[in-house]
Amino acid sequence: MTTRYFLQRLFLLLLAAALSGPAAAVVPELVGQLASGDSDARIAAIARIAASGDPSAVPLLQALSDGLVQAGGGMVFIVKDGSALDAATGRAVVPIPPNLEEVVVNNRIRGELASAIAALQLGSADREMRLAAVQALQGNPDETLLPLVQRALAKESDAEVKGLLLLTQAAIQLGSKDPAARLAAVKALATSSDPGTKTMLLPLLEKRGGDYAEPDPAVRAEAQRTLAALERTLATGEQVGRIFSGISLGSILLLAALGLAITYGLMGVINMAHGELIMIGAYSTYLVQNLFRAWLPDSFDWYLVCAVPASFAAAALVGMLMERSVIRFLYGRPLETLLATWGISLILMQTVRTLFGAQNVAVENPLWMSGGVQLLSNVVLPYNRIVIIGFAFGVLLAVWLLLTRTRLGLFVRAVTQNRTMAGCVGVPTGRVDMWAFGLGSGIAGLAGCALSQIGNVGPDLGQSYIVDSFMVVVLGGVGQLAGTVVAGLGLGVANKFLEPWAGAVLAKIFVLIFIIVFIQKRPQGLFALKGRTVEA
Amino acid sequence: MGGWLLPRLAGLYGTRGWLALGLFGAAMLVLVPVLHLAVPAGSALHVSGYTVALVGKIMCYAMVALAMDLIWGYAGILSLGHGVFFALGGYAMGMYLMRMIGTEGQSQSTLPDFMVFLDWKELPWYWAGTDMLWYALLLVVLVPGLLAFVFGWFAFRSRIKGVYFSIITQAMTFAFMLLFFRNETGFGGNNGFTDFKRIAGFALADPYTRAGLFALTAAVLMLALLACRFIVTSKLGRVLMAIRDGESRLMFCGYNPLGYKLFAWTFSAVLCGIAGALYVPQVGIINPSEMSPGNSIEIAIWAAVGGRGTLIGPLLGAAIVNGAKSWFTVAVPEYWLYFLGLLFIGVTLFMPAGVVGLMRQVKARLK
Repeated sequence: MTTRYFLQRLFLLLLAAALSGPAAAVVPELVGQLASGDSDARIAAIARIAASGDPSAVPLLQALSDGLVQAGGGMVFIVKDGSALDAATGRAVVPIPPNLEEVVVNNRIRGELASAIAALQLGSADREMRLAAVQALQGNPDETLLPLVQRALAKESDAEVKGLLLLTQAAIQLGSKDPAARLAAVKALATSSDPGTKTMLLPLLEKRGGDYAEPDPAVRAEAQRTLAALERTLATGEQVGRIFSGISLGSILLLAALGLAITYGLMGVINMAHGELIMIGAYSTYLVQNLFRAWLPDSFDWYLVCAVPASFAAAALVGMLMERSVIRFLYGRPLETLLATWGISLILMQTVRTLFGAQNVAVENPLWMSGGVQLLSNVVLPYNRIVIIGFAFGVLLAVWLLLTRTRLGLFVRAVTQNRTMAGCVGVPTGRVDMWAFGLGSGIAGLAGCALSQIGNVGPDLGQSYIVDSFMVVVLGGVGQLAGTVVAGLGLGVANKFLEPWAGAVLAKIFVLIFIIVFIQKRPQGLFALKGRTVEA
Repeated sequence: MGGWLLPRLAGLYGTRGWLALGLFGAAMLVLVPVLHLAVPAGSALHVSGYTVALVGKIMCYAMVALAMDLIWGYAGILSLGHGVFFALGGYAMGMYLMRMIGTEGQSQSTLPDFMVFLDWKELPWYWAGTDMLWYALLLVVLVPGLLAFVFGWFAFRSRIKGVYFSIITQAMTFAFMLLFFRNETGFGGNNGFTDFKRIAGFALADPYTRAGLFALTAAVLMLALLACRFIVTSKLGRVLMAIRDGESRLMFCGYNPLGYKLFAWTFSAVLCGIAGALYVPQVGIINPSEMSPGNSIEIAIWAAVGGRGTLIGPLLGAAIVNGAKSWFTVAVPEYWLYFLGLLFIGVTLFMPAGVVGLMRQVKARLK
């Protein structure tokens, strides 16, 4: 007998099963047929079980596929780990009956079994299992499975599984001989934005030896339309993804530059060790993570709650120490400050290298920060990036409130505008310097905490951000928070949009050149304070 | 020659200054090469090849420190991008040396090896003519000079000064470093240029060639020192110092600082380029890390350690810092960054006038 005959028979059987609704559980007679009889009879039995749509038959089929089914004395058993189960009733049989023979499964039957298992799992209550099943079916679009897929489709409530089922159904229908069915399939594909649909549609439009692979012009036209729509959706997704990664990069730049905007913008101190303060924040996060792992493994997912204040405190402490010991002797001599803080940055870097080694250390994301939101089929927004964007704006808000709504902020602004006058009316300028520098450094620490969640943490971490963060502050305009925000986000998005066109490194070079040219034109940056005094 | 020039040149230094310069010249041009070449290796007086290479390298650095002093010590403009000019000079020379390898490279092609590995069929247009020494030397001077001129013209015209200028020069060197790190830009990527064989027909491995390069570096360094001294003792030099001490006041006196700054800036860049060109054949490699922002800041500390605005100080500073570096990186490499960092802090806090200022203080105390 030919395979073709059997496929037809199988199809009819499945159709009958689909029309007659759910059948009874594994019928003993079918079980017997599964174990004995020739291949064709057994395949027919498998098909009938599959058509029943009863998930309780899955263990038996799986056991058969794994070679665990043995038969003897007219009964069929699943023998596993030294115990036997009656395949028909599911009851344990003790002791294991003697003279059992293994039911041999050939490759043809094994293939049928795989499809049948997947088809049965479509009816499972477990979403993950249904997802796995439909994914398994997708790779093997078999026309005999169509009724099952359609039945599952009618019952399915989960969006992702349903989308995949639709795709599978369309893939099966595309192979149909009926042009109307193919047309319907192509139309169904139009609603999907999965990149995989493209590979399904493209072959239809190919020419094979002078003729199109798809003989019907109406179907071809529809496929063409669907493809165009698909391209549009994918392009939109790409743009959205690019804007998102631009904003993500921008928010990181913003975090890195925000502290600098205070120390450099407001206080006029060139802090070349700013990058190393970021690094200290990242290493504090690493330490807190290790402490949690060692002492509080149960609440490991919440170590960031401790790491954020810890990284702020560590960096702020180092910053205040720097200010008291070195920088305060250099106020009014910006070039000297630059060199001295560069020296500090070298020392900090080498200290960290001595303490933690020159290798990168591993900082793990908490569980709730891994994974992402699937926005479109080709756009996934990772949770850690989303959290960092939110975090950056939270920090920005806090800094703004601190500078405009608190006494310290008032003092900082007063000292920035006119140090002598502020001192005359009783502002303790020395102490304000210290606190402001501590604040700026602490924010750098927060940036480090955020960076540890998305990148490598190593002694050189700060070096890669120092040039960028200076660019952001300079571009935004010295002493301006709004400028820092616009410049940070703008640079981030510009970078990401240039990248596909010019490559990551060239994009960066273009941005640097742009900034150099921009500063020539507007030395005060984007948002200049009006009416500033001429320098001495 | 006009009757004024000789007295002017003679007046650049006092008797003791000329004496010191003469002694330095005699030592570097005659003594060291002779001790290196003629005295046998076992003798206590023999100067090893390692020492010759090290001192030659330090003299190149000293020239860069001199250039830095001219622009920072005298005109008050701190450049954090002088490494670019040094490296550009080095790359121009390096390409000439690459071409001189001829077909003896690994690929046995007339093209440099790295281009063959990239599957390039011909030399990019901007490297055309680099097989001629005179043209390569022209590039050594012109490329850094032109870049500095254009960059400086834009920057000084819009009156960018102080830390702003420092930061955009840093951005410049960073951008160049990224550009040169790329493989497809034709600068050899990470590895840069290396494996040189000969210069102007002389084998680079030959001690005579090395001694010759050493003496040439010393001679060029002395000429550069005299040229800088000539500039800073001229009226131009006084205007430069006025720019450093009070640019606004100078402008109110009717001077336009643009031309003065631009001249000093461009001249300084050209000096760096020449230093780079002398550095490459002696050290045998040039790669983009020379352009890293850290390297350029280190140049500033050479000048600061020696004493800004003294010309001779930065030469000493370059020798002290680099001498210390080669000792540290061999003996206790992990402490080198601590030392360098403390040097940065200590010099700015306690020794703003550098070693030369310290010596002057000591001398004043003794009187």
